[in-house]
Amino acid sequence: MIPGAVHRFLWTEGLIAVRFLFENVMQTLLILAGIAGGVAVIVFITALITGLQANVIERTLGTQAHVRILPLDEVNYQPPPADDAMILLLDSPRAQRLRSISNWQAVRDMLDAAPDVQAVSPVVSGPALARRGTARASVSLVGIDPQRYQQIIAIAPSLVAGRFAVGDGHALVGTELARTLGLGLGDKLRLDAGDDRIAVVDVAGIFELGVRELDARFVYLDLKQTQTLLDLPGGVTVIDTTVDDIFTADRVAARLARLSGLRAESWMETNGQLLNALRSQSLTTQMIRVFVGISVAFGIASVLAVSVVQHTREIGILRAMGSSRKQVLRVFLVQGGLLGLLGSAIGAGIGWALVQAFNTFGPGLFFIPVPLALIPFAMVIACLTGVLASALPARRAARLDPAVAIRYV
Amino acid sequence: MSDPASRAVVLRLRAVSKTYHIATPQEHEVLHGIDLQLASGELAALVGPSGSGKSTLLNLIGLLDTPTSGELYLLEHPTRSMDDAARTRLRNEAIGFVFQFHHLIPAFSVLENVLMPLILRHGKPGADDIEQAQSLLADVGLAGFGAKKPSQISGGEQQRVAIARALVTRPALLLADEPTGNLDTQSADRIFELFQQVNSRFQCAVLVVTHDNSLAARCSRILNLVDGRFQSSVSASDRP
Repeated sequence: MIPGAVHRFLWTEGLIAVRFLFENVMQTLLILAGIAGGVAVIVFITALITGLQANVIERTLGTQAHVRILPLDEVNYQPPPADDAMILLLDSPRAQRLRSISNWQAVRDMLDAAPDVQAVSPVVSGPALARRGTARASVSLVGIDPQRYQQIIAIAPSLVAGRFAVGDGHALVGTELARTLGLGLGDKLRLDAGDDRIAVVDVAGIFELGVRELDARFVYLDLKQTQTLLDLPGGVTVIDTTVDDIFTADRVAARLARLSGLRAESWMETNGQLLNALRSQSLTTQMIRVFVGISVAFGIASVLAVSVVQHTREIGILRAMGSSRKQVLRVFLVQGGLLGLLGSAIGAGIGWALVQAFNTFGPGLFFIPVPLALIPFAMVIACLTGVLASALPARRAARLDPAVAIRYV
Repeated sequence: MSDPASRAVVLRLRAVSKTYHIATPQEHEVLHGIDLQLASGELAALVGPSGSGKSTLLNLIGLLDTPTSGELYLLEHPTRSMDDAARTRLRNEAIGFVFQFHHLIPAFSVLENVLMPLILRHGKPGADDIEQAQSLLADVGLAGFGAKKPSQISGGEQQRVAIARALVTRPALLLADEPTGNLDTQSADRIFELFQQVNSRFQCAVLVVTHDNSLAARCSRILNLVDGRFQSSVSASDRP
């Protein structure tokens, strides 16, 4: 009846606690149901929100780099004023022409060696017009090093047709663009980057990243061809990187900016709204958890307070037979702990079942994984909550005057 | 029976008083300078009208309460300044309680109830503990009742279980508070006989609080408490 792991000195307290709990089965079952309900809500909502957030982040970061290294913006030179001179300045901002990161190979090597950075991929990217017959669409050319770029955004798994091939006049286009221009595998696509820089490429694969904008605009080519089209021979316009911990991306970006002397943009900066939403959601979840936890704790405390009154005479007898105050205290602490443990085990089971039901019969928009650590964690927390909640009733029980308690009717 | 003077003193009270603090400055002294000595093998009856302080005295002797002044020695240990843990230990080792309403714990079986003082002392009972508890149950005429719940046996039987429980630690002092008060004459008679047997067999000191004068008369000593003072302490040998 008592788990073997319970320390020997708790044997007596455990025995008495279990018997007291079994004595009033209905009362025990009701509070167990209360605890189980609370824990089920906590487990389900935690798994749901964790799953949802992981899904949102995965979808967002699945199609973009964590940190992008960009050339510094070009600014107008302002000569220092002469002594006693007053400056009246009318400054029109400069047009930011497409330009390469100077000495990008050195920057790439520096990034390769940087800690916290997982993958590094130089990219050259710029605008162009795509034409097939009379149909036209504005596109974004992305020239990539296939091996490196695959580690930033996995295109190969997103292919819906064809194969992952760039270079030798091959290109990858998105499903939306393919639809607009009526492109199929092997079809020719004419790319016009302006100033008579034109290339005709074969469609080798059609991808679907799941973001409409990208599927409608991105055309993947190899580095060299894109450099030629965009008139940036040997240059790259951006270096994409991924980092070990996505939530430190802003700090890593700041560090990389200082190291490289370039501009570094983290996904957290470019997705501020999303991050804000995720944080608010986490806060809400946290509040639900805390308040459900408090309700459960009060439930345990009130049931044990009743139990102390119900067992007043027995406590008196136990004290008369040589039970110490501490022993009586522990009897009720153990009851709280057992209620928490048992209730949370049931609740975790229910929560897990709810998640499975959601995954099986739910809207199917995303899959909720139940983190393995969540259930033991919830049980440990519930057990501790039980012990804490029982502290007050237990103290009252321990302080009962045995001479009075024994005559309590 | 050997001479009481040669036997070990189990309990000694020296000028013990108990005052209840009702409300400042109202105080109510229930016991006034009680002196008492009880040796092993003695069977004493504590009699007196309601409100005379019998229960208070029993609580003091049972270490459930502390005297306001005076000193109470149990097995020669002065007890007034002991902390709760030490008093609890001494209570567990030296005292057996039998209450008027038998006070078994309903959640435990008869055998577990008998074992309870040992369980409280050192956790899981050993085979010899269980054997001893069973032989005590047999001694009180309840062999084979071990697995029953207290609610499944009669009042007299419950009181016998309570006596077996009080004896399981082989206490030097057995305290009984109106042990027969709740029983019919026949059962009461048998319970009292049991006390006499226990007293002579285990040689423990027994103090029985009772209202029943005929039962008190069968004790070796009668302590008559009136208004918090012993009126007369009659030894059986002094009686005609």
